[in-house]
Amino acid sequence: MADSNDQGGVASAADVTFRTEGLTRVYRTGETQVKALDGVDVVLLTGQLTVLLGPSGSGKSTLLNILGGLDHASAGRVWFRDTELTRLSDRALTRYRRDHVGFVFQFYNLVPSLTARENVRLVTDIAADPMSAEEALERVGLLARMDHFPGQLSGGEQQRVAIARAIAKRPGVLLCDEPTGALDSKTGVQVLEVLDQINRETGTTTAVITHNAMIRRMAHRVLHFSDGRLVREEVNDHRLAPHEIDW
Amino acid sequence: MVRVPAIDLKLLRDLRRLWAQALAIAVVLACGVMVLLISVGMSGALDRSRTAYYERNAFADVFARATRAPRGLLPEIAAIPGVRVAEARISRFVMLDLPGRVQAATGQIVSLPETGRARLNRPLLTSGRWPDPGAVSEVVVNAPFAEARGFRPGDLFHATLGGKRRTLTVVGTALSPEFIYTIGPGSLMPDHAGHGIIWIPARMAEGAFDMTGAFDDLVIALHRGASEASVIDAVDALLDPYGGTGAHGRADQISHAFLDSEIEGLRVMAWILPPVFLVISIFLVNMVVGRIVALERAEIGLLKALGYSDRAILVHYLLLAGLVALIGVLLGFALGAWLSRVLARMYAQFYDFPELIFGISWTTYALAALAGFGASALGAVRAALSAAWLPPAVAMVPAPPPVFTRGRGDRLLAWLRLPQTDLMILRSLTRWPIRALTTLTGYALGTAILVASGFMPDSMDALMERTFDLAYRQDVILTFGQDAPASAVDSVRRLPGVMQAEGQLWLSATLRNGHRSEDVTLQGLPPGSDLSRLLDDSGAVEPPPIGIMLTDSLLPRLGLSRGAAVEVTLTGRLAHPVKLTVTGTVPQTLGPMAYMSAPAVEALLGRAPRVSSINVTLREDRVDAFHAAVKQAPGLGGAILLSDNRRAFEDTMAANVTVMSLVYILLGGAIAVGVAYNGARIQLSERARELASLRILGFGRWEVSWVLVGEAMVLAVCAQPLGWAIGYGIAWAMTERFSSDLFTLPLVFNPRAFALASIVTLVSALGAVLIVRRRTDRLDLVQVMKTRE
Repeated sequence: MADSNDQGGVASAADVTFRTEGLTRVYRTGETQVKALDGVDVVLLTGQLTVLLGPSGSGKSTLLNILGGLDHASAGRVWFRDTELTRLSDRALTRYRRDHVGFVFQFYNLVPSLTARENVRLVTDIAADPMSAEEALERVGLLARMDHFPGQLSGGEQQRVAIARAIAKRPGVLLCDEPTGALDSKTGVQVLEVLDQINRETGTTTAVITHNAMIRRMAHRVLHFSDGRLVREEVNDHRLAPHEIDW
Repeated sequence: MVRVPAIDLKLLRDLRRLWAQALAIAVVLACGVMVLLISVGMSGALDRSRTAYYERNAFADVFARATRAPRGLLPEIAAIPGVRVAEARISRFVMLDLPGRVQAATGQIVSLPETGRARLNRPLLTSGRWPDPGAVSEVVVNAPFAEARGFRPGDLFHATLGGKRRTLTVVGTALSPEFIYTIGPGSLMPDHAGHGIIWIPARMAEGAFDMTGAFDDLVIALHRGASEASVIDAVDALLDPYGGTGAHGRADQISHAFLDSEIEGLRVMAWILPPVFLVISIFLVNMVVGRIVALERAEIGLLKALGYSDRAILVHYLLLAGLVALIGVLLGFALGAWLSRVLARMYAQFYDFPELIFGISWTTYALAALAGFGASALGAVRAALSAAWLPPAVAMVPAPPPVFTRGRGDRLLAWLRLPQTDLMILRSLTRWPIRALTTLTGYALGTAILVASGFMPDSMDALMERTFDLAYRQDVILTFGQDAPASAVDSVRRLPGVMQAEGQLWLSATLRNGHRSEDVTLQGLPPGSDLSRLLDDSGAVEPPPIGIMLTDSLLPRLGLSRGAAVEVTLTGRLAHPVKLTVTGTVPQTLGPMAYMSAPAVEALLGRAPRVSSINVTLREDRVDAFHAAVKQAPGLGGAILLSDNRRAFEDTMAANVTVMSLVYILLGGAIAVGVAYNGARIQLSERARELASLRILGFGRWEVSWVLVGEAMVLAVCAQPLGWAIGYGIAWAMTERFSSDLFTLPLVFNPRAFALASIVTLVSALGAVLIVRRRTDRLDLVQVMKTRE
């Protein structure tokens, strides 16, 4: 049994990091309209690690992009703590990303012309109260390779640099889109362990998108998506450590 | 320690990765900056040097000549409203016999005032001393003449002054603002070895030319704001009874006019050439930064996801362009500073300044830098803005592949059954027509610059041929101080070595039609003249027995047409103007002229036939004997050696044309390389997957690289006709602006210029694209296929 946050269900406003109401996102390509999100009401609780599951096109990434201030809602409302994100200007959203959000992507998205340390510094240069790039890299176990360029690092190492970059600003939320999608199981586990450890140590609210249903065993809560809707929500009474997960 | 922010590190690393492309752009930009610096810088330097020189040495505003006017007239002239200073002088062309020179030479005698220092056109002593006012053989000569002849104070030479051969002693050398560009009568280029300026004391001049109490040359300085035209009219009225030939302002002073046309030419260059380079730089920067933004879509999305603002992204990509511009501007500064020193040396050969105030002003540097950075920013701004405005969620998703559709053209392509690689080239051209068009325009401008520069030597050749081979066929022109009786022609014919001798009249005339008027040189040619001929498009023509012929530019300026009557005033010779019919025109080469038959002129003047000069052809084996005789002949004012003239002109032209052609070939080549290299690099980066796929499918290296090379060369070849047309236009504009009243540059069509321009462009383009082609050999097939687009 973990701490009290393990309990899902009703939580006080102070425990809620994200809340959405009827969140809808419609993409138009030419004459066709695609409803990527269709009236989603969802709550992410502070300090929890939430896994978003669902097939391709189910709306997980769209939700994550909107929560992270990368995309706009077509309808509905989104709150981050007490701030309504759906009312923010582009400038304010930039500020919000800069101060509160850490992103981890499937393809790492490191700048190839910058070393590991310099990639982290991209964030520490502009964040309000960052940890040092070295500290962030130490947390992901890459201090020894900090002066290597992305091209000189393995996929798992690159993803850990990306995580270091995401956590260096001490973000309120960590949003990870298929962080292990491009990795083999062994390095995938390493990356998940880093994410788990960060979540435990810093209490950062973490959302992880994945295709891999087994990964849900490490989450506090699991949200199932299908066709742009939240179809099921489950709470893990007993969380597994990443290395215990069977791929 | 100051740490460079990570995003700026990315900038520097990007620049290092793109160094070859950046350099290719920077070189084009540098060419623009360089041409701007030297054209604006040199014209400014010449202008400043001239202004300073004129001011310090009191260059006159109005100039007049008369046959023999009494000095008593001077107070009247000084009293003309607007006249500040009037100074009377004696000035003559004389024959010189110089030690170590077989041929006769010419000199221009200028008297120094009795009081010592001249008040106007003050010569500047550069060595030795002024002649003693009472001396009878002491002279000061112009410094370039002394240098060419190796004269030092104390050296002697001979001159025929007023019909008497005299020995003169050089006591000093000087420069003067009225002889910055020093040419003898009938010359186009300075020939310092054969023509000198000789300052002598007034008393000596009066004695030598029997001009005691008289003058034949008048220089006037005006009050600020005084009307030059009204002073000229007043002076003409006063000098008319004394054989005045019409006063004129600075615009018609030979030295001033040549310098003016040079400064104007440089200004024209500043307006035509730098914009071409800047436009190409804009287009290249636009192309490259646009591609970088496309390639870095994901990184832009990432930076935004990390919280970098739109403005930070905009600045990031503008800075990239700024760094390229910085390289270009610095390179341009270095090239400009170096080339302007080379040019300054070239100018020093022609223009005699006590000092050429060189040194490009900081404002010119600032202007050039502004142009360079401005062009680069202009080129980058569209791409940088699109990066800044890219919504982050969209940026993270790979760009959709470009939409290709089948159009009407495709049916034609299908019918042609072209290989797939050719189809790829054609589809790429039609899919991005604007890019194809701008690339094509880039190549065209490279060719245009080469065509425009290639015209110059051909036009000069044509000018020389028209002037010296066809029109002026004499070997020597003998001139007289004053018109001589026609019998002088017979005396000359008896000189050793003379085969043909023909007299000719030179007068100044004013042509009027209503309120329009033009001052011209009127030539009187004897009927059947063979050595000095008029040429129109059909060949040699003769002036009519009655009536007048004009150079073609005069007709529109006077508002006349062929067959109309023009009012002719023979300044100082004829009390009343006469009306003459314009019977024809000839193309103008050396300034505006009017032509009449000599007997018709004499009839108008009502006098016995006289000649101003005699044209002579010589037997080659008797040239020395001829010159020996001429040097001793009294009454002759000078001997103009046409062959020497031509040689001097051609030598100088050849040297300058070689330097300039080389510079232009480098400029044109730089454009072609810049366009081709960047175009191919971008193609390669966009098509790496396509090309690798082709390789995987079994295409050979050359077949694959043909997609790159083919597209570049198709555009380069198609650009040539456009380049020829633009180049022809630039050449036309340049000959229009370079031509002045001194000489008219014909625009000559020479296929060689077009061919050379195209060869340079195509070879440069091919070379650049082949360098890029080598990269297709190194495509890592597996890696390319694995990498996410």
